[in-house]
Amino acid sequence: MLLYLIKRLVSLGCSLVAASLVIFLVIEVAPGDPAQFMLGVNAEPETVAALKSELGLDVPKWTRYFNWISGMLVGDFGTSYTYRTPVIEMILDRLAVSLPLAGYALLLSTLIAFPAGVIAASRHGRLGDAAVMVATQFGIAIPNFWFAMILVLIFAVNLPFFSAGGFVGWDKGFWAGVHSLTLPAIALALPQAAILARVMRSSLLEILNQDFMRTARAKGLSQRQTLWRHGLRNALIPVLTIIGLQFSFLIAGGIIIEQVFFLPGLGRLVFQAISSRDLIVVEAVVMLLVFVVIVVNFLVDLAYAIADPRLRHRT
Amino acid sequence: MRRNLVIGAALSFVVLMAAVVSLAWTPYDHSVLNIPNRMQLPSFEHWLGTDHFGRDIASMIMVGARTSISVALIAVGIGLIVGVPLGLIAAAYDGSMLDELIMRANDLIFAFPSLIIAILITAVLGPSAVNAIIAIGIFNIPVFARVTRGGALALWEQDFILAARVAGKSTLQISCEHILPNVANLLLVQGTIQFSLGILAEAGLSYVGLGAQPPTPSWGRMLADAQTMVGLAPHLALIPGIAIILSVLGLNQFGDGLRDVLDPKLRKS
Repeated sequence: MLLYLIKRLVSLGCSLVAASLVIFLVIEVAPGDPAQFMLGVNAEPETVAALKSELGLDVPKWTRYFNWISGMLVGDFGTSYTYRTPVIEMILDRLAVSLPLAGYALLLSTLIAFPAGVIAASRHGRLGDAAVMVATQFGIAIPNFWFAMILVLIFAVNLPFFSAGGFVGWDKGFWAGVHSLTLPAIALALPQAAILARVMRSSLLEILNQDFMRTARAKGLSQRQTLWRHGLRNALIPVLTIIGLQFSFLIAGGIIIEQVFFLPGLGRLVFQAISSRDLIVVEAVVMLLVFVVIVVNFLVDLAYAIADPRLRHRT
Repeated sequence: MRRNLVIGAALSFVVLMAAVVSLAWTPYDHSVLNIPNRMQLPSFEHWLGTDHFGRDIASMIMVGARTSISVALIAVGIGLIVGVPLGLIAAAYDGSMLDELIMRANDLIFAFPSLIIAILITAVLGPSAVNAIIAIGIFNIPVFARVTRGGALALWEQDFILAARVAGKSTLQISCEHILPNVANLLLVQGTIQFSLGILAEAGLSYVGLGAQPPTPSWGRMLADAQTMVGLAPHLALIPGIAIILSVLGLNQFGDGLRDVLDPKLRKS
């Protein structure tokens, strides 16, 4: 297990370095000089040079890359070109919206998908199964931002249950915050729930055909009892993997959903940064999102290896 | 006959025809503004009503289908052209450094969702439909590489490959003449799935302004335009959404049906 862990950690490190290089080099080829951009076309060359040295842009490319990486390691993402504030503060500010939204949506999609998957598998081939399967087909085909608009139309415009957008802020209290994230979270959870329910169903169906399930039935447990006591626990491993993998989709999907509800999250931050050519912010947000995806995948792999010892020897 | 294949083929055909016909004919010119006639409900003159500028929605949906299909199709093409050779090479040299390198590079691309790729490209080049194609195309590459490699690895174990080897064929010849035709089914099914994912992704990207730019009509941007008026004229939001859902649903059903027909193991059960 220790050897496995070391190997995985090395490969995690390599992935992160490779990803950071890709992001750095792509942003590097962007046309335009940030210092010139910040000061305008009429700025004196000396002022531009001074600002460049202040921003750390006057050193060679590779020095800048190492400065960027070593800065990030201690939580320094640089200074925003447009707002002149530390990027890390802007990001933390927005994470207070984006992270709870992703977590809330993950919770909802799990709460919807589990019962749906269990119902479909335990009524395999019957009406309940067919209904769940049709629903998941639609769940996968519906764009979440369109679903979000329809939710706004029904529950904010026609019925006075929710506001059509914006975020009240956590300082208005926990439940007020949760209330304003509810519609976005439902919209974000829908396609995830559809995928998860399908995985849950097929994973359960596979388990139900195993010998140990027949043994459990033969020793006198009812269909329901075997399902709950033996089936569910064994079916959960692939489902957990998908939940882990979906976290990255939740974060990416959240960026779009934030646009529908005018939520001040990472998505808004990155789109504002693109239009104001604040590339250092774009770079930092993209790196953060890719970091989350890579680390979550690493954790899923690890959880998998803990749950199933056979996997440790494969790589 | 398989029901999902028929339903899927029919829906996909309708969307495809809407796009093809729009090249020659649309009920109205999709770009002509007619402000006095704005936000009309569906009627005999305007089958799907008019938008906030009085443009004919049916015409915009038809031209939008063209945008969606071409973006998704080219993105699938990029994934195939780059991903399939990579997958074939990785499988032919299974376990080698080359295989390891290709698969690790795949993992790396997997860490970049298409939205993130689009954000990066747009930050550098500015928004356009081409960026959406590149972003979705890059996202498709590791998908096709993995499918190809997985299918090819199983084939390399088989006797007829050994026979070809004995007959003196090179690795390259075997890959092209024997492996590729036998993974074509897998690629066809995966291609259909990526096509439908591409339509969804294109809609999402153009909704947030990273995809097709005005005046090119696209379903995602129609939704973005409709957003502020959703209370006044719900059909502005409903119609493009339904167009997206029907296309994606159709392609998914078609893909499922294809897989059932092409996979002999599934056919028996």
